[in-house]
Amino acid sequence: MSYITKPKFHHPQLKTNEIGLTRRDYEGTLTTLCGGCGHDSISAAIIQAAADMSLQPHRVVKVSGIGCSSKIPSYFLSKAHGFNSVHGRMPSVATGANLANKDMYYVGISGDGDSASIGLGQFCHIVRRRVNMLYIVANNGTYGLTKGQLSATADLGSMTKSGEQSQYENIDMATLAIELGASFVARSFSGDKAQLVPLIQAGLTHKGFAFIDVVSPCVTFNNTDKSTHGYKNTWENYVALSAIDYVPMKQEITTSYAAGKEKEITLHDGSVIRLHKTGNNYDPYDKENALHHINENKKQGKIATGLLYINQGAADLHELADTVDKPFNQLNEHDLCPGRDTLMDINDTFR
Amino acid sequence: MKPTDISDPNYFHKVVDCQWACPAHTPVPEYIRLIADKRYTDAYMINWHSNVFPGILGRTCDRPCEPACRRGRIEEEPVAICRLKRVAADFKSDIRERLPKIPKKKNGKHIALIGAGPASLTVARDLLPLGYEITLFERDPLAGGAMRTQIPRFRLPQGVLEEELNYILDLGVNQRFGEEITSMQALLAEDFDAVFVGTGAPLGKHLDLPGYEEARDRIHTGIEWLASVAFEHIHSIGKRVIVLGGGNTAMDCCRTSKRLGGEDVKVVVRSGFDEMKASPWEIEDAMNEDIPILNFHVPKRYILEDGKLVAMEFEKVQKELDENGKRLLVPTGEDPVVIPCDDVLCAIGQENSFPWIERDIGIEFDRWELPILNKATFQSTHEKVFFGGDAALGPDNIITAVAHGHDAAVSIHLLCSGEDVTKRPDPLTSLQSQKMGIHQWSYDNDISNDVRYAVPHAPKEKTLKDLSMEVELGFSPELAFGETMRCLNCDVQTVFTDQLCIECDACVDICPTDCISFTLNGEEADLRSRLMAPAENTEQDLYVSGELKTGRIMAKNEDICLHCGLCAERCPTNAWDMHKYLFNTAKAVNA
Repeated sequence: MSYITKPKFHHPQLKTNEIGLTRRDYEGTLTTLCGGCGHDSISAAIIQAAADMSLQPHRVVKVSGIGCSSKIPSYFLSKAHGFNSVHGRMPSVATGANLANKDMYYVGISGDGDSASIGLGQFCHIVRRRVNMLYIVANNGTYGLTKGQLSATADLGSMTKSGEQSQYENIDMATLAIELGASFVARSFSGDKAQLVPLIQAGLTHKGFAFIDVVSPCVTFNNTDKSTHGYKNTWENYVALSAIDYVPMKQEITTSYAAGKEKEITLHDGSVIRLHKTGNNYDPYDKENALHHINENKKQGKIATGLLYINQGAADLHELADTVDKPFNQLNEHDLCPGRDTLMDINDTFR
Repeated sequence: MKPTDISDPNYFHKVVDCQWACPAHTPVPEYIRLIADKRYTDAYMINWHSNVFPGILGRTCDRPCEPACRRGRIEEEPVAICRLKRVAADFKSDIRERLPKIPKKKNGKHIALIGAGPASLTVARDLLPLGYEITLFERDPLAGGAMRTQIPRFRLPQGVLEEELNYILDLGVNQRFGEEITSMQALLAEDFDAVFVGTGAPLGKHLDLPGYEEARDRIHTGIEWLASVAFEHIHSIGKRVIVLGGGNTAMDCCRTSKRLGGEDVKVVVRSGFDEMKASPWEIEDAMNEDIPILNFHVPKRYILEDGKLVAMEFEKVQKELDENGKRLLVPTGEDPVVIPCDDVLCAIGQENSFPWIERDIGIEFDRWELPILNKATFQSTHEKVFFGGDAALGPDNIITAVAHGHDAAVSIHLLCSGEDVTKRPDPLTSLQSQKMGIHQWSYDNDISNDVRYAVPHAPKEKTLKDLSMEVELGFSPELAFGETMRCLNCDVQTVFTDQLCIECDACVDICPTDCISFTLNGEEADLRSRLMAPAENTEQDLYVSGELKTGRIMAKNEDICLHCGLCAERCPTNAWDMHKYLFNTAKAVNA
């Protein structure tokens, strides 16, 4: 935290986007997290992503649970809608909001405590249901808000500042999401905005459940040399499966790349994710291969990052449940009470 | 790029744009903070040590600091530095106790200063505390030089002038006023240990056009006329006045004319309005007094009727560029413009004049009749003779004369101590952390978003009737406080220690102006293009760290840093810290 608010002055050449806003217009209140917290870089990455995409702030819904991570929505897009829910119950609120209005961008922010411990059940089900949203877990391997106990994502053998060493296998949120049916799964690092920003943009554009597990070091309680979630270990063992660019639909694609070096994934609105292969011939469409790669890297103490898995064919919750197209707040009395004849028709289908 | 060497005293000095731009290098942010703290006397003394005439300069300085002010690059207007200096002078308490003590026992060296203007007075101020005996020669009966003769009292009240002159004269200067030196050779024969020439640029140019000889009694040279007004030899002027020239002297001439009976006063300049040399605020003040400024009018002749000046004829011109891009004034072909007048004031420039220095006594002059000097020591080709102020490098301004005076005093002290005058003493610097707590600094980093405060003016109806009534009223303490809070504290430096950095990006994320980037190293031009935000102002440095653990470097664009300290507040490892950099030029006492 700080005693002053962030000065309004900005770089004189700060660009405005298509709707006339600067990046600074997408900020929230000044962070109250510890200085150096990875979560602040996640806020900054979301701000950058939303500004570059010219998102209208009032078309965005921010939802979170409880924890340091769940404070993040305060620090970006102060003009968006937001709901700070009960611990571990953000998926329920997000599902409800999403069902009520499918026309919004949904950004869920959670942490390893909120999603891998108290909310693990809720997490599993929102993944299964493939709610159309971007779900970010700010993963630091520790319970920062309660002063640094090991969390369920802490790797076996990882040690916190107080010297506590993890004796249990960790829950890997990315493999869990892939196995439970998420159609977009990525992992990144708060320190690498060049990778994180395009992933957030692609995740927001992706139709279906997009999940990003972001290694986001807790600088106060879990940033020792023996912590697998600290800055040092992450910088040293960080493996990008492919460098990534996000090209919005409106932008004409003019650059050509040598065949075989690039993979382009066209999203449903025409935007493109461009993966620059780094020699490992990684195929993000192959679920088994994705799980294999994540585990192979993990065995060597490495952290596989980038777009791990994508499946654009999977239907989202609205398609599966055949929901009404209009948002609830636009349904009028006739839509909601269509009259006796319609009711009779419905009844007939059950006869 | 190589890692920045912050131990170079000029590196952080350059970041303090106002101080860097000031010829005397006054520590501006330091005294602005003292004014905010209502410590006016302390603020005054910082100024007094650095620029000698805070009350005078707070009203009359050319303010090179203000165009340099960083605030002007992040919003529209710089901090009103000059008028804040005046605040320190206006609200200070008695400072006499704080003036340097002059030793009773002299050091046996005797220095002659010629011309009692700002340059000579600065030399006197710097040398007297060291035990020198000083004899000050002045052609006029009173001290002050151009500050007295060329600046009208409605801009610089008599009381302010006398007060600051007396602080120096009362230190114990032998005054030989009303005595014009006619021979340098004779003066050198008086056996002074050194002679300092601070005689200014006393020769006003006149405009010899057809009709000049006949109309001569109504054609005046600007600086001579202003001096005559200052010494109360002139009390009136004709109703219709033409002022020729676009500099500050012209502005003073036209405004003075308005107060001496001029009703139809016009300023006429040869070139364009934008090319006028006068300070924008002085042009503004003249125009506020309903004085029209006609541009692109080239004077052609004085028109007389019955042997009496009645008008001037001008040719209208326009600006064109020749094939080399050089600006030309080309006649438009329109009819000549005739402007009726009773008096003409020529404020078209002034020149140096040294008819009293013999050319065979070892003091050499260049082809512009300026003395050949070492620009750092102000020593002439004669070992014992030094020049400063307008006399040294041609017409400039008061603050430049003060800066010359300080440097010349250092040289004279070195000479009289038998040392090499070219071995200059180092500046006095200090760099200290301002950290008071996790989120607390010993300076106020919560800068104001207010736009520049205007200085209140006395009503025109009153000021135009009274030659000595000051037009600017100065800031009240409340307005002054508001203005001080606009200062960005550019002397509180962001100091980066690369070994401590864990590359968490906290500083990058918080920086309001996108100054900080972590990236791979490269050549400067390349690096400038790859930062978080463009760093196109190449006059402002990049602060570059050594290589960090990931192989990247930290590069900070100093150009638009707000010095808000948020980078240091967010830094978990103290890799960033805010350090106050105090820089003072070495004076004679430090040599």
